[in-house]
Amino acid sequence: MSTATTSEATFARGIHPPEEKHLAEGMPIEILPTPASVMIPLLQHLGAPCEACVEAKQEVAIGDKVGEATSFISSPVHASIDGKTKKATVATLPNGRHVKVIPIKAAAEQSISGQDLFDDVFGGEWPRDGLDAYEPDAISKAALEAGVVGLGGAAFPSHVKLARNEETPIEYLLINGCECEPYLTADYRLMVEVPEAIITGTLLAKHATGAKEAIIGIENNKPKAIAALRKAAEGTGVEVRSLKTKYPQGAERQLTTAMIGREVPTLGLPLQVGAVVQNVGTVAAIARAVLRGKALTHRVITVTGAGIREPKNLLVPIGVSYQELIDYCGGMTEDAARVISGGPMMGFTVGHLSAPVTKGTSGITVLTHEDVKKSEETACIRCGRCVDACPLNLVPTKIALASRAGNAEVAETYYLQACVECGCCAYACPASIPLVQLVRIGKIMLSNK
Amino acid sequence: MAEPEDRNNSEDVTEEPKAVPEEPKVVPEEPTAAPEEPKAKPKKEPVEPEGPVVGNIVAPSPHLSDTSLTTKGMMIDVLIGLAPVMVMSIVVFGWYAVIQVGLCLVTALITESIFTRMTGKPVPIGDFSAVITAVILGLSLPWSAPWYVAVIGTTVAIGIGKVVFGGLGQNIFNPAMVGRAFVMLSFARVMGSGAYVRASETIDVVTRATPMAAAKEAAGTMADLPSLWPLFLGTTNGSIGETSALACLVGGLYLCWRRSASWEIPAGVIGATILFAGFANLINLTDLSIPHHLFGGALLLGAFFIATDPVTSPLSPKGKFLFGAGIGALVVLGRIFSGYPEWVMFAVLLMNCAVPLINQWTIPRPVGGPVPQKD
Ligand code: SF4
Ligand code: SF4
Repeated sequence: MSTATTSEATFARGIHPPEEKHLAEGMPIEILPTPASVMIPLLQHLGAPCEACVEAKQEVAIGDKVGEATSFISSPVHASIDGKTKKATVATLPNGRHVKVIPIKAAAEQSISGQDLFDDVFGGEWPRDGLDAYEPDAISKAALEAGVVGLGGAAFPSHVKLARNEETPIEYLLINGCECEPYLTADYRLMVEVPEAIITGTLLAKHATGAKEAIIGIENNKPKAIAALRKAAEGTGVEVRSLKTKYPQGAERQLTTAMIGREVPTLGLPLQVGAVVQNVGTVAAIARAVLRGKALTHRVITVTGAGIREPKNLLVPIGVSYQELIDYCGGMTEDAARVISGGPMMGFTVGHLSAPVTKGTSGITVLTHEDVKKSEETACIRCGRCVDACPLNLVPTKIALASRAGNAEVAETYYLQACVECGCCAYACPASIPLVQLVRIGKIMLSNK
Repeated sequence: MAEPEDRNNSEDVTEEPKAVPEEPKVVPEEPTAAPEEPKAKPKKEPVEPEGPVVGNIVAPSPHLSDTSLTTKGMMIDVLIGLAPVMVMSIVVFGWYAVIQVGLCLVTALITESIFTRMTGKPVPIGDFSAVITAVILGLSLPWSAPWYVAVIGTTVAIGIGKVVFGGLGQNIFNPAMVGRAFVMLSFARVMGSGAYVRASETIDVVTRATPMAAAKEAAGTMADLPSLWPLFLGTTNGSIGETSALACLVGGLYLCWRRSASWEIPAGVIGATILFAGFANLINLTDLSIPHHLFGGALLLGAFFIATDPVTSPLSPKGKFLFGAGIGALVVLGRIFSGYPEWVMFAVLLMNCAVPLINQWTIPRPVGGPVPQKD
């Protein structure tokens, strides 16, 4: 525990975008009234899509499975409200994927809503003792059954990460409470309001993975979250560590380096260096899945940005539309310019507000014209700012300009594929060159070769 | 020029064919690639025509950019950093300084607009880079240089040094130094050490030889070693902007603090100068002490304002340091072994040639190691 006081653990380079957390950080989690309908996408995670396991016009209750996982790296999806299914259709998610969705029309009477719902998801007792009685396999299985995936954004199926790995034993369980994306405060509210659920989930995940140490990393701009979790963690052996506030502190690779000083191999996983990273919201969902047998039907989403009239943190059913959440938060202001699924650094522009939110939607950020204003693009002045910003120590300008010139080979010599598209370089570039977008084009060129 | 394959391919070709960049390679289907470029242009003026609801432009992440940091802003910073130097130059050389720099400025603006119009590209005067080139060139001239030196030097700096290479971002050589080298070779008499001295002048400092020339003359005699304090303050003879080490330090540190110049470059220059001058001292190659080398001539002006030109210096921190160190080493060696008393210009130009190589050598190792090869 001695390292718990060194507050400056971090990774090299990175950027300091404006945090803008003040918009929503003071807003306690509110429960969204049950919407009239939801659309449950059959692909909300990284991996194979689900297969629908309900018919049209079938009565479903909250928590009923509507899509079945089809392979190891996949995760089932569940009804998030009581109601009646409609014919499956296709929706375009903000990430550009067209996915099959199962619409559910809400029943007039909901079995659970309001405060009861909140208590069911996060409230009540979260035991810290006796968790070892669970079989490690049973924990992973419960997470699979409940459709738990990484709630930080990548939505990687959690049961995969919880499974014990005989070849590379897991030494560290790293719990990600950084929430390094500007604006978003959903994880923050969770940490402040329900730290016990997070600790219980952490202990379960630790037990499942067989990790020797469990460390929760939180950026030092969230002192209240650190204090709350430290208090909840007392006597459990879970360490709560304060990290420097810097983007992208909460990215798996950077977090692993900051917390245990190990470099995750390029294109590899933290697992290869003996670590597993789980988001705070994810472990809370794991706790609920294991202890209460409840599926992942709801999540906390921050609706924020200067373009939103009343920023809020909401507990919402998966599958509710962006439009509905925005309306619930008082709608958009006159100067709203862009709706983003997630945060402004890595989030996707939402093209159709009728799209459903998924398990991986951590927030809705509405930026104003002022926010998204960019200075005019000039030629690259080779200043090297992008190099100074890149957390992976790449040379973004070389990669991007080679991609623009259609020269994938040169881009490759500068490690094009290693780029995680975090956006630091483009943020820092004084010439406003769309570096990340050019990198993406380079990757497409490479894969088309 | 010593340009290895990659820059020719990736950069020099890049900026121009903006309109149709990736389609050719991205296999036939363009929808994947298309979203990129079209967006780059319309983005500026027509702000979302429709209301916010679906008027949402689908723009790629990141959605924020550091607005405190723009190309223009960096250039303005350089001008602010140069202010103390300009003030000192006026204090020391009076009207001569104003006229010299003014001539360069006017010529630069005219040349840039003519040349860019000829090459059919928009006039990039707005980015201030021509202004900086002009000011630096003006500051590096002798106070006595006739008007045509400033005019021709600037024309060459902008015309050949920059525009011919394709404009800002494409040139290999520091444009101001290209201009200066040209006039130095063409008009040796009015640019040589002798040009700095005129006994009949009312300005006191110009009645004496420049410190670096004096030291060169007096090599071995120890007689005429310039005293350090005037050298530091700048009350000595020399090119207009180079005399005051103090002014260069003040402006230069401002630039580094603002991160509009990379500190690694001046650090490299100064570090190598100390090292090489110290060593040369040890083995009695030079009478000039380390502070003489540091404060004399254009060393600090070069370290903070000339070598730091981002376009003509390397990209990575390590590369920048090496680049600076190369300049420092060359300056000391040149001052000792060559016939010229002052070497900053040559050193910068020589190291400019090496930038592509330095960039090649200093490709940083990615965190997590190189991309694993698929087999
Ligand atoms: S930050 Fe922008 S201008 Fe500077 S080197 Fe990188 S791409 Fe070029
Ligand atoms: S987007 Fe890629 S190149 Fe740019 S900073 Fe992030 S990892 Fe580096």
